[in-house]
Amino acid sequence: MTALEVHNVHTYYGHIHALKGISITVDEGEIVTLIGGNGAGKSTTLKTISGLLRPREGYVKLYGEDLIDYAAHEIVSKGVVQVPEGRQVFARLTVHENLEMGAFSRPAGAGIRADIEKVFTLFPRLKERQKQVAGTLSGGEQQMLAMGRALMAKPKILLLDEPSMGLAPVLVDSIFDTIKQLHKEGTTILLVEQNARMALQVANRGYVIQTGEVILSDTADRLRENQTVQKAYLGVS
Amino acid sequence: MSTSRATRKSTMPQWLKVALQIGLVGGVVVVIIALEGMIQAFNTRDIIGSVVAMSQALLLIVFLGTAYIAIIRSKLTDFRRLLVVAVVVGLVSSALLVALILLGQVLDLGNVFINATPALYDLLTFKLGLAAGSIVLLVVGGVSGAAAAIIHALPTRWRRSVIWGLVAVFAFGLLRDLIVTTFGGLTFLTGLLFLPNGLSVPGAITLFVIFVALDYFWSQRGAQIRSGIGARKPVRSSLLIGGIIVLLLLPQILGLYFSEVLDNVGLYLLMGLGLNIVVGFAGLLDLGYVAFFAIGAYTVGVLTSPDFGHASILTSWWFALPFGVIAAFLAGTILGIPVLKMRGDYLAIVTLGFGEIIRLLALSDFLKPFIGGAQGVNDILKPTIGPIQISNPPEFYYLILAGCLLVAFVAIRVKDSRLGRAWMAMREDEDVAQAMGINLVTTKLMAFALGASFGGLSGAIFGSKLTSIYPQSFNFFVSINVLSLIIIGGMGSIPGVVVGAIALVGLPEMLREFSDYRYLFYGLALVVMMLTRPEGLVPAATVKRELHEEEPQPETLGEAATAMPK
Ligand SMILES: Nc1ncnc2c1ncn2[C@@H]1O[C@H](COP(=O)(O)OP(=O)(O)O)[C@@H](O)[C@H]1O
Ligand SMILES: [Mg+2]
Repeated sequence: MTALEVHNVHTYYGHIHALKGISITVDEGEIVTLIGGNGAGKSTTLKTISGLLRPREGYVKLYGEDLIDYAAHEIVSKGVVQVPEGRQVFARLTVHENLEMGAFSRPAGAGIRADIEKVFTLFPRLKERQKQVAGTLSGGEQQMLAMGRALMAKPKILLLDEPSMGLAPVLVDSIFDTIKQLHKEGTTILLVEQNARMALQVANRGYVIQTGEVILSDTADRLRENQTVQKAYLGVS
Repeated sequence: MSTSRATRKSTMPQWLKVALQIGLVGGVVVVIIALEGMIQAFNTRDIIGSVVAMSQALLLIVFLGTAYIAIIRSKLTDFRRLLVVAVVVGLVSSALLVALILLGQVLDLGNVFINATPALYDLLTFKLGLAAGSIVLLVVGGVSGAAAAIIHALPTRWRRSVIWGLVAVFAFGLLRDLIVTTFGGLTFLTGLLFLPNGLSVPGAITLFVIFVALDYFWSQRGAQIRSGIGARKPVRSSLLIGGIIVLLLLPQILGLYFSEVLDNVGLYLLMGLGLNIVVGFAGLLDLGYVAFFAIGAYTVGVLTSPDFGHASILTSWWFALPFGVIAAFLAGTILGIPVLKMRGDYLAIVTLGFGEIIRLLALSDFLKPFIGGAQGVNDILKPTIGPIQISNPPEFYYLILAGCLLVAFVAIRVKDSRLGRAWMAMREDEDVAQAMGINLVTTKLMAFALGASFGGLSGAIFGSKLTSIYPQSFNFFVSINVLSLIIIGGMGSIPGVVVGAIALVGLPEMLREFSDYRYLFYGLALVVMMLTRPEGLVPAATVKRELHEEEPQPETLGEAATAMPK
C-alpha cells in the first residue's frame, strides 16, 4: 500500500526553481532513500512534504489524502514527522522534556510514558541521560534524541534528513543500525542522505536527485550496481 | 596574574599596582557620586542618627567594597601586606575626593557640574573646614580600608556573620520609616532602636550584635531547620495561611503612604505577569508593552467619563472593565499579526514603535473628540462594591490584590498547560517547535493577546485609581520598568516577577530620597545582576540550567558508541 505519494512537485524559493517536478512514492513499511549531492534539493523535498514549503505545482498525498490544504502543524498530527537536518534539539530542555515535547501533536496522556520507555529501549544512552540538558549531549546523542523525539509523535512516516551528517564513523554505524531496527518494527521511512553507501545498504529502494530532478530510481541493490551512482556517489572509479 | 610584566619592570610590586588601580576606580566612583548630587540628596537622612548620614554610608560602602575587591584581586595571604593594600585603596579613593574639593576651591566647577557647590565641599569635609576636614576624609578612607582587611582576615564563618550584621544595620537604617510605621505599636522597641532620623547608636550596636549572632546560629543549625520547614506539611500550610493574613492586613498596618506604594507595586506586578508571558514564556521581546496598559486605561476611562457620552450606558466601572481587558486582548492580537515572522531585534523595534504610536494617537488632536488628546480623560468612575466605593489607596489595595491573585493563578495554570508547553518549545526553537506539530501562528498570537490583557487590566485599575489619565503617563519608561523587573526577578519565573516588582517598584518608592536617582539605580541593579546573577533573583528552571552549564559532562566518542544498540 502506498503510504506517501509525491507527484510532480515544483517548489520555489522566490525565483529559484528548487524542485523541478519531483515524483516519489513510499510504500508502507518501506525504507526509501533519497540520495544526491549538496544542494540537489533533498531537504527542500522533505520540507515540501512536511508543509514547511508550499509547492507551486504538484501534490503530496498521505494514504491517498491530499496534504496541500493542511498547515505544517496539522501535517505533523496526520503522522508525517520530520527529523530536521543538523540535529535540532531543544538545547535548554532536558532529554526527558524533549521527548515529551515530541508527543505534542498527540492527545495528552495517551501512553506517552510507555512510548518514552520504548524510545529508551531503542536508545539506552538516552535513558542514562534523561535528566541532562540536551544542549550538553554529544553530537551522536543529540541525533538519537532528535530521532527519539520524532518517534514520540507516532509517525506514519518518518522523514530523516541526513542523520549521519558530521558524525564519527562508529556513530554513523549505530545510527544506521537503529534505522534498520525501526524498519524491522515496521516504521515507514524516507531517508535523505549524502552518505549513499550506507543509505543504499539499509534501504529497499532509492531515488537519485540532481538539481531538483529525479535522475534515477530503482531498488537499492540495483542502484548500488549502477555505474553512474558508483561514480558520482559511491566513489568507485 | 601578569607576573612577566612585573618581573620585567620590577619598579613596582604587583600588589601595589592592583591597590593603586582599584583605589583609582573607587575614587572615580565616589567623585561621580558627589558630582551627581547624591551627597546632598542623601545627607538629609541618617543611617545612624547624627553619626552616619546616608550619603556618608554610601561613601563608606564604596571604600569598603573597593578595598575588599583589591584584597581578593591581590591574591596575597600575608595579613600585614593585605592591610597595606586595603589602606592604600582607601587612601587613594578618598584622596581623589579630596582632590575634587581642592580643585573646587580654585576653579568654579559649578559651571560644568551643577552639584559642585560649596555646600557639597562642606558636607564632604564634615563641616570641619578645608584642612581638618580633608585630613579626616583621608583618615576615614584609610580606616575603611583597614576595616575591610580585618573583616577579610576573620575566619570564614565569622566573616559572613559580620558582613550580614553590617548589611542589617544599613538596611534597618535605610528602611527606618517603614519599620517604625509597621511596628508603630511597639513604641518601647522602636524608641530604643531608632531616632527620628535613623538608627540610634545603641540601636545600631544592638542590631549588629543580634544579626551577627543570628547568622552565626543560622549557619550552624539553619540547614536542619530549613529542611524541617520544607518537609513538614502543616508548617508549610500554616506559613501560607500566615502569609495570606499578613497580605490582607498590610494596608491596616502600613497606613496610607505605604498602601499607595503597595498599589503601585501591584499595578506593576500585573503588568509584569503579563509581559512575562510574552517575554519570559514565549520568548518574544516586546518593548512597547505600555501600549496595552494605555489601551486598558483609555477604554475604561472613555467609557465611564462623562466627557464622552458613553457614561450613561455603562453606569459602573465593572461594566467597563471587560471592555478594557478585551480591547487590550484585541490590540495584542493586532500587534501580533504583523510581527508573526519577526524575531529578536526586529521584533523589539516594531513593538517599541507600536508603544509610541499608541501614545501619539492618545496625544493627537485628530482623536481628541474621542479620547481627549493632551487634556486626557477626566472624572473616570471608581469601582464600587455594593454601597462601598473603592477610592483610597488601602481600598484599591484589595482590588489590586484580587487582580494579582487572579492573574497569577491564570499565569501559573497556563504555564503548565498545552499552550504553555507550546510557548516553551517556541521560545527554545521556532523551527523545531513547528516540526513538533506546534501551530506557531496561534501560539504567538495567544502570547501577545493574553499578555496584553493583563496589561489592560492593570491600566483599567490605574485609570480609575487616578480618575484622570494623560498620554504622558504612558511613555516608554513604563515598558522599560516592566521589562527590568522581569529581568531582575528572573525571566519566565512567576515568583521572580513578584520579587522584581517589589525590588524595582516598591523599594525606590519607600526610599523617597532615591526617587531622583531611580534610573541610575535601575541601571546599576541591571548591570550588577547581569554580571553576578544573570538568571535573575528567582530564576525559572530552564534559564538556571542554561547559565550553569559549567558542570563537566563526561563525554567521549567511544563511550557514546558503546552505549548505542548494536
Ligand atoms: N532558504 C533558501 N532560499 C533560497 N534558496 C534556497 C534556500 N534553501 C535552499 N535553497 C536552494 O535550493 C536548492 C536545494 O537546496 P536543499 O534542498 O537544501 O539541498 P540539499 O538538502 O539537497 O543539500 C539549493 O540550490 C539551495 O541553494
Ligand atoms: Mg539538505
